[in-house]
Amino acid sequence: MSSENLDVFLPVVIMAVIAVVIYAGAIIASKILSNLNPTPQKQTAYECGEEPVGTAWSQFNIRFYVVGLIFIIFDVESVLMFPVAAVFKELNEIGHGGYVLIIFLSFISVLLEGIAYCWKKGDLNWVMSYQKNKSGVK
Amino acid sequence: MNSTVVSFFSQFEFFNDAVKSLSETLGFNTYAAVSLLVFLVAATVLTIVCATIGGLGTYAERKISADIQARVGPNRVGPYGLLQPLADALKLLTKEDIFPANADKFMFYLAPFLCVLGVFTTLAVLPVSSGLTLTHLNVGVFYIIAVSSLVGVGVFLGGYASNSKWSMLGGMRGASQIISYEVPITISIIAIVVLSGGMSFEKIVSSQGGLPHQWFIFHNPFTFIGFFIFFVSGLAETNRAPFDLPEAESELVSGYHTEYTGMRFALFALAEYVEIFVLCAVASTLFLGGYQLPLPETIVSKMPAAAVQLWQTVIFFIKALALYYVVIWVRWTLPRIRVDRLMSICWKVLTPFAIFNLIGVSIWMVVFKGESLLKIIFH
Repeated sequence: MSSENLDVFLPVVIMAVIAVVIYAGAIIASKILSNLNPTPQKQTAYECGEEPVGTAWSQFNIRFYVVGLIFIIFDVESVLMFPVAAVFKELNEIGHGGYVLIIFLSFISVLLEGIAYCWKKGDLNWVMSYQKNKSGVK
Repeated sequence: MNSTVVSFFSQFEFFNDAVKSLSETLGFNTYAAVSLLVFLVAATVLTIVCATIGGLGTYAERKISADIQARVGPNRVGPYGLLQPLADALKLLTKEDIFPANADKFMFYLAPFLCVLGVFTTLAVLPVSSGLTLTHLNVGVFYIIAVSSLVGVGVFLGGYASNSKWSMLGGMRGASQIISYEVPITISIIAIVVLSGGMSFEKIVSSQGGLPHQWFIFHNPFTFIGFFIFFVSGLAETNRAPFDLPEAESELVSGYHTEYTGMRFALFALAEYVEIFVLCAVASTLFLGGYQLPLPETIVSKMPAAAVQLWQTVIFFIKALALYYVVIWVRWTLPRIRVDRLMSICWKVLTPFAIFNLIGVSIWMVVFKGESLLKIIFH
């Protein structure tokens, strides 16, 4: 399997085409078999039988945004760890295990530092109080 | 065509004979066309098998839950109710496709497609056996992580585009849950990559053995913990109970797919059940020896190639479906956890433990030269 050859990824493209065919086939079949009869009542958003109040696209809890930010840090970090992990065994067998271990552990220590920082800042608590934690709520 | 299944078939004579006779009658080299045909047939068969497993998954879910709760479960359609998924699919096909008036039309239609795309493209590297796999990409596990995160986008988009409050809450929860649990999953996979020295499934499976003491789960104490971290995070990644908060039916109606009806809802459900199967397959490949036959190498090398492939496929499906049963069993045993606990379990328990395991495995590699614990003890 040569790495320059993009031919390797042809099966992936074909599977993606199969996914498109599944989706399109299912939707077309349901278009043919089902009868469409849209009414304004049917097309309202479900809100337990009441008329919907306002739109759902409103301000949302900032916690989700913070989780997204933390995820990006950790995900980029773990992506960078994959190549080191893939050559770890090979280099260990020719006797460079110690060096690789030091490099690898320094990578991981950055990750640990990140999680310790987020933990200390309180970003890992889902319910975060901006006042001093008097009530004992986590 | 650079595919494992094609190169497996091209070692047989009938393949070469077919190419030869076709080339003679048509007057040009038909090797590429024939190999594409072989690949398409294999891909279609694998897709149909996995979609059937997804469909039967809904049946198994109801039958096993009935068993656990001392009920009978579906038993009207076909023998033992086996045709129930087919009846459900037909019913959903004939249902009206309702589109909420205030929704974002394009994204509303895109969301189930992204779920289906993210799940079915992972099948390209699903290591069914050493020869019948569609392709052994050299970035196998990495590819699976990358592609399956499309499902998270689909879940969030489905919730956002519906413009319904229940969907929005479900989609937001789903997105934050899926991205959070991706971190422990990725780190526990890196530990396995360190042990096997490569990211392709072929390499990972071949550095394990067929018998349980050669599996990576029993390789050392760290990988033993790593398996449970992987599996628990996988449950959260596929929105399974006890982590099914994005579609918590008792509080969010049905979460991100509240506004979806008919076939689009069915596609969400299909993608979810196939994703669970893919998760079980990956877990069994990474930690439980994958498709390796539990026989000594001397016996396996004497068996005919076709028989080896067949038995490997059987072993693969047995392992994956056994884990599938565990997933369903967990759902009907444990209650749903609270949303703040969900996040703190991920970030304060699973992620630190996964990093600890990774450090442990890499030190183990250097100190013990990658030997397993049992080998060191009984040497």
